[in-house]
Amino acid sequence: MSMTKPVETMAEPWDDFEAVTPLALAPPAATPIVPNTSIAGRSLAAVVAIMTFLAALTTGAVMLIVSAASDWQADVGREVTIQVRPAPGRDLEADVRKAADIARATPGVADVRAFTKQESAQLVEPWLGGGLSLDDLPIPRLIVVKLASGMLPDFGALRRTLAAQVAGATLDDHRRWIDRMRTMAGTAVVAGIGVLALVLAVTVLSVTFATRGAMATNRPIIEVLHYVGATDNFIAGQFQRHFLLLGFKGGTIGGGGAIFFFGAMEAANAWLVGTAGGDEAAALFGTMSVGVSGYLAILTQVVLMAMVTALTSRRTVNRTLASMD
Amino acid sequence: MIRFENVGLRYGLGPEVLRDVTFGIEGRSFQFLTGPSGAGKTSLLRMMFLSLRPTRGLISMFDHDAATLSKDGRATLRRRIGIVFQDFRLLDHLTTYENVSLPLRVLGKEEVQYRPEVVELLQWVGLGECMGALPPVLSGGEKQRTAIARAVIARPQLLLADEPTGNVDPNLGQRLLRLFIELNKSGTAVVIATHDIALMDEYDARRLVLHEGRLHVYD
Repeated sequence: MSMTKPVETMAEPWDDFEAVTPLALAPPAATPIVPNTSIAGRSLAAVVAIMTFLAALTTGAVMLIVSAASDWQADVGREVTIQVRPAPGRDLEADVRKAADIARATPGVADVRAFTKQESAQLVEPWLGGGLSLDDLPIPRLIVVKLASGMLPDFGALRRTLAAQVAGATLDDHRRWIDRMRTMAGTAVVAGIGVLALVLAVTVLSVTFATRGAMATNRPIIEVLHYVGATDNFIAGQFQRHFLLLGFKGGTIGGGGAIFFFGAMEAANAWLVGTAGGDEAAALFGTMSVGVSGYLAILTQVVLMAMVTALTSRRTVNRTLASMD
Repeated sequence: MIRFENVGLRYGLGPEVLRDVTFGIEGRSFQFLTGPSGAGKTSLLRMMFLSLRPTRGLISMFDHDAATLSKDGRATLRRRIGIVFQDFRLLDHLTTYENVSLPLRVLGKEEVQYRPEVVELLQWVGLGECMGALPPVLSGGEKQRTAIARAVIARPQLLLADEPTGNVDPNLGQRLLRLFIELNKSGTAVVIATHDIALMDEYDARRLVLHEGRLHVYD
């Protein structure tokens, strides 16, 4: 083994460089270790935004339906109807008065109002036309019985009394309609949960694919990080930070859109109050407002989507890192 | 510090590229790892860096059996080793300063703690004017020095360099060698893989020579 010259005679490593850079001029280490541009940021943020918007729309719609159904149930449940059918050889007016008296005498009844002959004619007018003489037709008469709050009458006893004392009188406690509305509201909730589950599944799959793509693109960076002693936990944290921010960005856009949508709907409803369309909508959907709880639910979904994005990416990153030795 | 005993390596079902390799690397030592192209220098370095598992034999690193180390355990041991790759492996989106400070960021240190240290090292290797430059605009020599600075910034006990003078002119090669000697004098054990005979002739040091899959040690 030969040695041409001693170390001492060799030039100093960098003696011709002027090492005078002031400390303050050194750039700070602010660049993220995983570059933002290597992650399909915009498209993923758009997917999360759309998914959050759909989730918020579903939640709002379900809340509107449940709220409206609850209002309907309360309205319908607060009154019952006695129907008195005309029978040959009987005085219908006397039967109506008697049925109304029986109802009035029942504990738990707040008010009783029998529809007059004219009011009954108005009820069937949309189907049979105006100027009709009810004397020619066996149109039943209705008695609306309003119930006192906090006390439920004995409908069985009332039904039996009416059957015994007024021929052709029947009691309708609207139970059939209430059950149907309850079923409809329950179906809407189940369908909403189903849609939310699908939205979450699509979000998880989109984030998984995007994370895998980002990991493949950044494989050289991951290798260098391993070489400088980074643990898998550190590397996963670098990716998770990006995806959490992306999730928040997308969620905020989508959730903001949904809040704007419901706010605009509420404003339009307020503006249309008094018009025929507005009144129809109000009758169907109440105030058309998701309320404070609705907006809070949407904001919760924004946070939820960001968390789902971050956790999904972390899970994918950990799995990918575990497969890299 | 490092002990290889009867280590063998084969890729897939192919022949053994390294056979019965037995040697040790002591602390504060300096050695060249040499041999013809394709002799297995990079493979041996990768095993010393725990990024390649041997097919047989025992590797002991800092009194740990490399075969039984967990992934996080390997990461922890790698923090005691600095490596300079032939192709530098710098991150193109980070500045020279950020590339050099990367091992310290990984260690969880705050920038205010390591900033003076990184600036001082960059000045020492003559990159004081290039701190804010991205690797794509650096010359080969500047990239090489950046890679070396990154390898030594965390004060490793062992420095592995794979063909550090392969991409530079003889003058720069001599300067880099001087840099490694200075690092060795400050207490870092150094292994330089090279087939540059002229470079090895510049400095009298232990030589590990790979030939036909076997390692011959010349103290």
